[in-house]
Amino acid sequence: MEPDQDGEDTVTAIGETEGATAPTTRRIGAVPNLRPPGRRGRGGYAGTNDTNTWRHALRKDWRLYSLLVLPVVFLLIFRYLPMAGNVIAFRRFRPGSSIFGDEWVGFHYIEMFIHDPTFWRVFWNTVILGGLTLAVCFPLPIVLALMFNELRSTVFKRVAQSISYLPHFMSIVIVAGIVLQLTSLNGTLNQVLGVFGVERIAFMQQPEWFRAIYVSSEVWQTVGWGTILYLAALTTIDPQLYEAARIDGANRWKQMWHVTIPGIMPTMVVLLILNVGTFMAVGFEKVLLLYNPLIYETADIIATYVYRVGITSSNFSYATAIGLFEAIIGLILILSANGIARKLGGNSLW
Amino acid sequence: MVTINAQAPERVRPAGTGVPPGGPGSSGVPGGGGPRGSRSTAIRDSRSYSVFRVVNGVLIVVICAVTLYPFVNIIAQSFSSEGYINSGQVNIIPRGFNVTTFEVVMSDAMFWRNYANTVIYTVVATAIAMVLTTSFAYALSKRHLKGRGFFIGVAVFTMFFNGGLIPNYVLINALGMTNTIWAIVLPNAISIFNLLVMKAFFENFSTELEEAAQIDGLTTYGILWRVVIPLSKAVIATMILFYAVSFWNAWFQAFLYLDRRELYPVTVYLRNLLAGATGTEQLGGESAEATQIASNVRAVTMLLTTLPIICLYPFLQKYFVRGIMLGSVKQ
Repeated sequence: MEPDQDGEDTVTAIGETEGATAPTTRRIGAVPNLRPPGRRGRGGYAGTNDTNTWRHALRKDWRLYSLLVLPVVFLLIFRYLPMAGNVIAFRRFRPGSSIFGDEWVGFHYIEMFIHDPTFWRVFWNTVILGGLTLAVCFPLPIVLALMFNELRSTVFKRVAQSISYLPHFMSIVIVAGIVLQLTSLNGTLNQVLGVFGVERIAFMQQPEWFRAIYVSSEVWQTVGWGTILYLAALTTIDPQLYEAARIDGANRWKQMWHVTIPGIMPTMVVLLILNVGTFMAVGFEKVLLLYNPLIYETADIIATYVYRVGITSSNFSYATAIGLFEAIIGLILILSANGIARKLGGNSLW
Repeated sequence: MVTINAQAPERVRPAGTGVPPGGPGSSGVPGGGGPRGSRSTAIRDSRSYSVFRVVNGVLIVVICAVTLYPFVNIIAQSFSSEGYINSGQVNIIPRGFNVTTFEVVMSDAMFWRNYANTVIYTVVATAIAMVLTTSFAYALSKRHLKGRGFFIGVAVFTMFFNGGLIPNYVLINALGMTNTIWAIVLPNAISIFNLLVMKAFFENFSTELEEAAQIDGLTTYGILWRVVIPLSKAVIATMILFYAVSFWNAWFQAFLYLDRRELYPVTVYLRNLLAGATGTEQLGGESAEATQIASNVRAVTMLLTTLPIICLYPFLQKYFVRGIMLGSVKQ
C-alpha cells in the first residue's frame, strides 16, 4: 500500500474541488509522479497504463473517494485530533491556550500520578470492578444462550428472549435511577430484607456494597443481549454432528460438551478478546451516576477520577496524563488478547 | 469465524419483504429444524434430561420475572402515593393509586422543553450519522477501491484507542461548540460498529444490479442514491434505529457541554432529578416537598423518558437483532 500521507492528501485535494475537475487535475499534478503535466496526451495513458497507481484509481473512482471525504474529515477532527491532543499530558495547558498546550514539561504529570495515592486507589478499584464484571458478565450469556437453546416452545423462547433483551435499550440514566430506587431505604431490596427480619441497609452509603450492586446491574442490563451472538452461532452447528455423536452413544450432556461447546467456541474466543480488551473501560457513565463521596473508597475508578480532576478541578494536563495511561493499557490489553487468541486457536479479531 | 450462515439469505432481502418471525435462534433457517428439532424426534429423553428441561423452563421464567421486575416496580411507584413508597410498601402493585404525580411532572414546562430537545437532538444527530455512515460504508464496501484497507484501518483503530475525556473536552471548547446543538450531534456521528454492519451489507449487494445501472448511465452517486439505498431499506432502518436509540438515551455529552437548562435533553433533566440538583420550585409547590424530590416524581419521569422506547420495542426488536447479526460477520 502507499504511504499513509499520500492517501490523505489526495483525498482531501479531490474533496476540496469536488465538481470542478480541471483544478483537481492540476492540484494532484503538484504531487510528484501522480500525473504527468497536461491532459492532452490521452494516448500516452494507454501506453504507460499501470492499473495499480493512485493516478489511475483516482481518475476511475473519484466519485467513490469523494464519498470518503466527509467521514474522513470527521474522523480526523473528532477522533484523531483528540488523540494528538493527548500531548498536553506532557505540556502545560492553561485555559484559553491552544488544544496542544503551551510549553513542554516532560514527565512532570506522569511522575505526579505515580506518586498520587488516590491514583493507585482508583487504579485498583478499576481493575477489581473490571475483573469482577468480566468474570461474571462473560460466562453468563453463554449459559443463558444454552438454556434458551434447550427450550422447545418457539413462542416461549421468543417471548423470553425479547424480555431479556429489553434492559439493553434503557438509557444509562434510567438504569442508574432504577438501581437507586431498588437500593434505597424503602426500596425492594430492603423490603426483602425486612421479610427476613434484617435491619434496613443504606446500600449506596456503604462502600462494601458498591461492587455487588454495580456487577448485578451490569448482569441485568447486558446478559440477555449478550446471548444473541451465541444463539446465532448455535443455529450454524450442523445437525449431522449431533446425529454422529448420538450414533457414537453420546447422551445429551456429552453432545453439549463435544458438539455444542466447540461449535460456539469461535464466538466465545472473539467475545472474550473484546471483553478482555475493554475490561479497563468500566462503565464510566454508570459509576458517575451511581457513586457519591461516601463510597469513593470502592466506587471511584480511573475514569471518574479523571473526570473530577479534569472537568471539576480544571487540572487538564494532569487528568490527561492519567487518561492516556488508561487508554494505553487498554490498547495493550486488546492487542495481547488478540495475539494470544491467534496463537492458541487461530480465532482472532483481525 | 462468526459467520452467520443462516442469515445470509436475508442480507440482500429486497425492501418490503416481510420479516421472518422469531428471534435469532429460530429465524432465518431456511431448511427449518435446526439441531433441536432433529434431535428431539430421534430418541426419547433420558429421565435426567427431562428433569433438566423442567428446571430449565422454570429458571427462565424466574430470569424473565427478575428482568421485568424493576420496570414493574417503577410503574407501580408512578401510580402510588408518596406515603406508601416511603414506608416501603410498594413493589409490583400501586398503593394509594393516583395520577397526580403525572399531572405535576407534565405541567412542568421545563420537562416538555427538555423532552422536545431530546427529540430534536435525536433527529438531527441521526440524520447526520446516517449520511456519514452510509457514504463511508458504501465507498469502503468496494473491494477494488485503492487504499480501502488503509481507510478501514483508520476507522477501526478508533474503536480501540480514543483521545479520552479531557482532550475531547478541550477540543469541543476550542471549536466553540459548548452550549450549542453541535456538541451533542457531531462528536459521535459515526459509530464504527454501525459502519462495519453497513459495509458488510453493501459488500453482499448484487454487483450485477450495480453494473446494469452503470451501463444505463448512472454515476456512482446515482447508483448509490437510486439503486443501492432504495434496495437497502431494511438495513438502513436498522441503522436508524441503532443510532436513534443511542442518541435518545445519551446524556453525558449534554451534561458535559451544556450548562443552560433550556438546552438540556430529558435525560439530563432526569439525571439532575436523581442527583437532587434540579430546581424543583416548579414541581409540587410547597417548599418541604421541593427540597426532597419524591420517589414517585422520579419514577414518573423515568417512565415518561423511556416510554417511547418501551412502546416501540416489541415492534422493532427484530431489526436490532438482525443488525447485530450482520455486524458479527467477519470480513
